[in-house]
Amino acid sequence: MRAERNPLLIGLAVVVVAVALAFLLSNYHLFQLTMVVAYAIAILGLDMLTGYTGQISLGHGAFYAVGAYVAAILMANFNVPYWATLPVSAVVCAGFGFAFGFPALRLGGLYLALATFALAIAVPQLLKYKLLEDWTGGVQGIVISKPDAPFGLPLNQDQWLYLFTLAVGVVLFVLARNLLGGRIGRAMRAVRDHGVAAEAMGIDIALLKTRSFALSAMYTGIAGALGAIAVQFVAPDSFAVFLSITLFVGLVVGGITSLSGAVFGAIFIVFLPNFADQISKAAPGAIYGVILIAFLYLAPKGFAGLLRRLVGPRAPHLAAPASSTPAAPPRPARAKN
Amino acid sequence: MKTGRRTVITGMAAGLLGGLRARGAVAAEMPGVSATEIKIGNTMPYSGPASAYGTIGHAETAYFGMINDQGGINGRKIVYLTEDDAYSPPKTVEQTRRLVEQEGVAFMFNGLGTPTQTAVQKYLNMKKIPQLFISTGADKWGNYQDFPWTMGWQPSYRIEGQIYAKYILKNKPAAKIAVIYQNDDFGKDYVNGVKDILGADYARMVVKEATYEVSDPTTDSQVVGLQSSGADTLLTFATPKFAAQIIRKVYDINWHPLHFLTNVSISVGSVIKPAGVEKAVGIVTSAYIKDGTDPAWANDPGLNAWRGFMDKYMPGADRTETNYIFAYGISFTLAQVLRQCGNDLSRENIMRQATNIHDLEVPVLLPGIRVNTSPTNYHPLRQLQLARWNGKTWERFGGLIEGAGA
Repeated sequence: MRAERNPLLIGLAVVVVAVALAFLLSNYHLFQLTMVVAYAIAILGLDMLTGYTGQISLGHGAFYAVGAYVAAILMANFNVPYWATLPVSAVVCAGFGFAFGFPALRLGGLYLALATFALAIAVPQLLKYKLLEDWTGGVQGIVISKPDAPFGLPLNQDQWLYLFTLAVGVVLFVLARNLLGGRIGRAMRAVRDHGVAAEAMGIDIALLKTRSFALSAMYTGIAGALGAIAVQFVAPDSFAVFLSITLFVGLVVGGITSLSGAVFGAIFIVFLPNFADQISKAAPGAIYGVILIAFLYLAPKGFAGLLRRLVGPRAPHLAAPASSTPAAPPRPARAKN
Repeated sequence: MKTGRRTVITGMAAGLLGGLRARGAVAAEMPGVSATEIKIGNTMPYSGPASAYGTIGHAETAYFGMINDQGGINGRKIVYLTEDDAYSPPKTVEQTRRLVEQEGVAFMFNGLGTPTQTAVQKYLNMKKIPQLFISTGADKWGNYQDFPWTMGWQPSYRIEGQIYAKYILKNKPAAKIAVIYQNDDFGKDYVNGVKDILGADYARMVVKEATYEVSDPTTDSQVVGLQSSGADTLLTFATPKFAAQIIRKVYDINWHPLHFLTNVSISVGSVIKPAGVEKAVGIVTSAYIKDGTDPAWANDPGLNAWRGFMDKYMPGADRTETNYIFAYGISFTLAQVLRQCGNDLSRENIMRQATNIHDLEVPVLLPGIRVNTSPTNYHPLRQLQLARWNGKTWERFGGLIEGAGA
C-alpha cells in the first residue's frame, strides 16, 4: 500500500528540490542542470521506442538535431519567441519520426538499429547541404540569443531558462507516465514482448510502431530545441554521430523502461565526461570506457535497477519465498515508476 | 558619549565597508589574478573526432610549466586550466562557462575549432572576456568591430588566398586562372581572398570556377572541366582527401598548370604520397612555421630552443608532429602579451596589449615573419612564404608575401 503512494510523493519531492536548486546553485551549474533536463527528455523519448516498444534506435541524435535546428531557425530567421518554437519542433519531429517509422516497420532488431544509425550519420551532412544553407547557416551554424525572464521576474537568464526547461520536462514526464502506465503503454510492451500475441489481442502493430516512432521523435525533438536554446548555438558538429550513441548510453545506464532511469542517464552523460577529463587529459575516452564497463558490470539493469535493488528489497523479500513463478508478473507494473 | 560611540561604530563600519569595497574593486578589475598567479582557461578536443589536435593542449601545458620553472611572468605563475570539449560545441559552452564562472579564469586562450569557438564567441564578448589566439583559420575572427574581445593567430585562409593572387599578379599577370574549392566557408574564404587582390580583374582572369561538396565521392569531372577551359593556372582550395584526388587527376590528364595548393593540404603522408610524389612536383603552397623535419633548420637557433623544450618538458613526443611547433609559437606570443601587461592584468589591459604587438619575432616562425596587431588589425600573422614540392620536400622560394590591407 505504502509503495503505491510513494512514487507520487518522491516525484513531488524531486520537483521541489529541483526548483529550489534554481536559487541555490551557480549559473554554471544551472546551465548543466538545464542540459540534464533536456537530455532526460531526449532519453525518455528514446526509451519509449527502444525500452517500451522494443525498437532499437541508434539514430535519435538526428531527431534531437532536427528539433534544435527548427528552434534555432525560427528564432534567428523568423524572430519567433523561444517558447513558441517548442510546439513547432514537436510537430516537425513527430512528422519526421512518423515518416521514418514506415520503412522501419519492415526492419527488425539489429537491422533497424543500423537503419537509424544511418540516419544519425546522414543528418550532420544534410545540415551542411548548400540548398539549406540560407537557413541552417552551413558549417558555421546559427547563433541565437538567450531569453530573459518574462513579466519582470527577479530571475537571471540561467535561472529562468532552467525553470522553464524544468517545467517543460515535468509536464512531458507526467504525460509520459500517464501514457505508458495506461492502455497504450501496455500495448507497446505487448508488442515488444510478443508481437504475434499482441496482434492476436487486437493491437494494430503497424500503427502502434509508427506512432511510437512519432511520439519518441517528438520528445527527443523538444529536448533538442530546449538544448539549443540553452547552448545558444547549433552547428552540424553539435550533432555528430556520437550524440546518438551518447543518448543510447544514457538510456542503458539509466535503465530502460524507467522514467527515473531517464533522469539518471542524463546526469550520467552530462557529468561523466567531465569526471573522466579530470582524471586524465591524455585519454579521457579510455577512462570513460572503463567507467562505463565497470558500471554496466555492477549495475546491469542501470541506475533504476540498482535503485530498485537497494530501496525496494522489502517487497521482493517478502514476496520471493512464497513462490518464484508469480513473482514475475508484478514486475512490469512496478516498472512504470 | 552616545553619539561619540555611534560615530566610532559608524566609522568602523565605514572603514570595514571601505576596505571591503577596495578589495572587491581589485578583484573585480583583475579577475583570475592574484599576487602570485594568473589563471588562464582553454578548451581542446582531447577526445572525439578531432582528438589529434589534443597534442596542442599538452604542449601548451608543458610550455607554461617551463615558464613557471623560470619564475613565471612578472613574478606570477601561470595556472593553465585546459578542458576537454570533444570538438562538440555544446560541450565547449559548458566547459568555457565552467572555466569562467567556476574557476574564474582571467581569459580564454587558444580554443580550438571554428564551430566550437563560434559557440562561445558571443558569450565571451558579452562578458568582456578576452578570447585570445584561437586555433582556426577562418577569416571571421578578425572582425574587431563586432567582436572586440576575440582574436585569431595563424594567417587566415583569406590572407593565404590573397598571397597566391599577389604572386600571380606579379609573376604571371596574363594568367588564365581556374579555381576549384570546397563549397563551404573554408573554400569561400580563399576565393574571397583572391577577389580582394584581383578586384575587377577577377572576372577576366578567372576563366573557370568549380566547386565540390564534402560528400562528393570524386572531383574528376570538375578537374576535366577546368582543363578544357584553357586555364594555365590552377588554384586548389581543398581539404586533404580531395587535394590528393585533384593532384592525381591533373597529372593523369596531362595538364600542366601552375598549381597552387592550400597549406591545409600539404601533408606528405596524407596528401602527397597518396597522390603520388612525382605527380605533385611543381605544386606551390605557402608556409609560416618552420618545419621540424626540414634539414635547413637542423642547426637553427629558434628550432633548437624548441628542441630543448621538447627534450626537457615533452620527452618521448613525436618530433615530426607540427602541432608541437605551432603550440610553442602561439604560447610564446601569449607570454609576450602577458609580459607587456606588466602588473595590470585586468581584462581590458590584456586585450589592449594583445592588440598592441609590434614586430614580435617568434623563434619557430619563418625568418622575417613578425607578429603585428593593432586595435584595427586582429590578424596577428599575415605573412607567408611560398614553397614548391620538388619531389622530396617543400622547398621555400622567394621572399615573404604579406596579405592585403592592414
